[in-house]
Amino acid sequence: MIKAIFEYQFLQNAFIASIMASIVCGIIGVIIVEKKLVMMSGGIAHTSYGGVGLGYLMGFEPIIGAFLFSICAALGIGYIKRKGGTRSDVVIGLFWSLGMALGILFVALMPGYPPDLSSYLFGNILSVTKADLYLMISLTFIIVFVIVLLFNDWKAYLFDEEFASIIGIKTAFLEYLLLVLIAMTVVVLIRVVGIILVIALLTAPAATAGMLASSLKKRMIYSVLFGTVFCIIGLWISYFINIASGAVIVIFSAISYFLVYFIHSRLKRGKSKRIKQ
Amino acid sequence: MRETAVHIDNLLVCYGQVPAIEGVSLDVADGEYLGIIGPNGGGKSTLLKAILGLIPATHGTVQVYGNSPEKNRSLVGYVPQFAVLDKQFPISMLEVVLTGRLKQGLSPFFNYTKEDKKVVYDLLEKVGIESLVNRQISELSGGEFQKMLIARALAVKPRLLLLDEPTASVDVASRDQIYGLLAELNKDMTIILVTHDMLAISSQIHRLACLNGYLVYHGEPELTEKVVNNLYGCPVDLIAHGLPHRVLKDHEGGKPN
Repeated sequence: MIKAIFEYQFLQNAFIASIMASIVCGIIGVIIVEKKLVMMSGGIAHTSYGGVGLGYLMGFEPIIGAFLFSICAALGIGYIKRKGGTRSDVVIGLFWSLGMALGILFVALMPGYPPDLSSYLFGNILSVTKADLYLMISLTFIIVFVIVLLFNDWKAYLFDEEFASIIGIKTAFLEYLLLVLIAMTVVVLIRVVGIILVIALLTAPAATAGMLASSLKKRMIYSVLFGTVFCIIGLWISYFINIASGAVIVIFSAISYFLVYFIHSRLKRGKSKRIKQ
Repeated sequence: MRETAVHIDNLLVCYGQVPAIEGVSLDVADGEYLGIIGPNGGGKSTLLKAILGLIPATHGTVQVYGNSPEKNRSLVGYVPQFAVLDKQFPISMLEVVLTGRLKQGLSPFFNYTKEDKKVVYDLLEKVGIESLVNRQISELSGGEFQKMLIARALAVKPRLLLLDEPTASVDVASRDQIYGLLAELNKDMTIILVTHDMLAISSQIHRLACLNGYLVYHGEPELTEKVVNNLYGCPVDLIAHGLPHRVLKDHEGGKPN
């Protein structure tokens, strides 16, 4: 495969795309898992399907549509949640299915033969284009930059939002910013694992890292490393047996998570036994 | 005359349509040590949050050192209820206390200075947990966690310290240490303490406020039976919690309500 990477442009694209996906899902994934925003991220991801449909209908790049829809979903969910009055899981559920429904509607309105949407739903890393790649690289750069830039503020906000707001940190701004970053992350991940499978890549590397590293920074770094391993191995398997990359990556991530979980709890039990004796 | 630290006038705070506290008027002088007691749901935490500017007043005014709470944020330290925080969060004790040193607004590329770290080490020494500085918070006991939260509040260098049940789920030794520490701190700052703990009320505080939706009592830290009846509707329950006799007066109507 290493030789093939140098030969084929599409494999080079896929390789770079998996690295980008691993970086964002590592960093944002840790935040999502710690802040318990997994379902919120699922909602943002699924809403973006409406944008994909709109892109096909209006004839622009579907990934741009997905980007716009997921940003709107992030801001919409955030606004309604902040205003209060409704439970956020209800709002998330509504955005989730409304986005999917709009996508189906837009595609149905399209004249002619309907396009194959499975690469957006389940991801196909081998079909990443140059344009996709440029978008992914710039979004990854923005996400990493924003997190590094305000790292200490993020840490205070994530640990204790109330205290952060009391000492005058702009927590409302950080909350919206975080939701926008999640929307960007979703867009980066759509081409790799698809809308439906995004949640797995956001949670599996972060949760695996969570068992092994105790500081926030270390957790993010481990999570990026795990993500890279999951994606590259998934890409490699999907290249050889010719199955949608998203499915392979997700299956491999989930198995790895459970494996680490099993070994980790075994070791822990062994340790506490030894202490007792 | 001493400066007024907190001035509350005819305060009404509603959650939706439901008033949590109403008609509360209260002044806290600079250097005072005020204890607030009351039943669960009596609005104690709501009052603290109104002083912190976290919940807007539906009606009435709240002032902290002569200004709105939002404007005087840097003067106030806050120790939240221990239960609301995620103890599994991947952060060390040092990092938690350092957050008290963060600047207002947002600070791009912010790094804590040597002085920030020194302040934090001194505070951890003051609250007696400096040996645990690099521990993860998931490895701390209830008492250690609570002392860490006090150190974080002090890192802001406040003139007014607000504490929301700092001795809930804390062992007896730590509880005594915390009260000792608060008495010590009271020499330099105003303290408002929300508690269920009657022992603290009796031995330390200067003034007492009893809150049950409205201000049942505000004055010297001596409870009459009438006040307790108004407050909890059940004085027996209170005594069972270990209320010292010298707090609860034997005869009724000894103090004007």
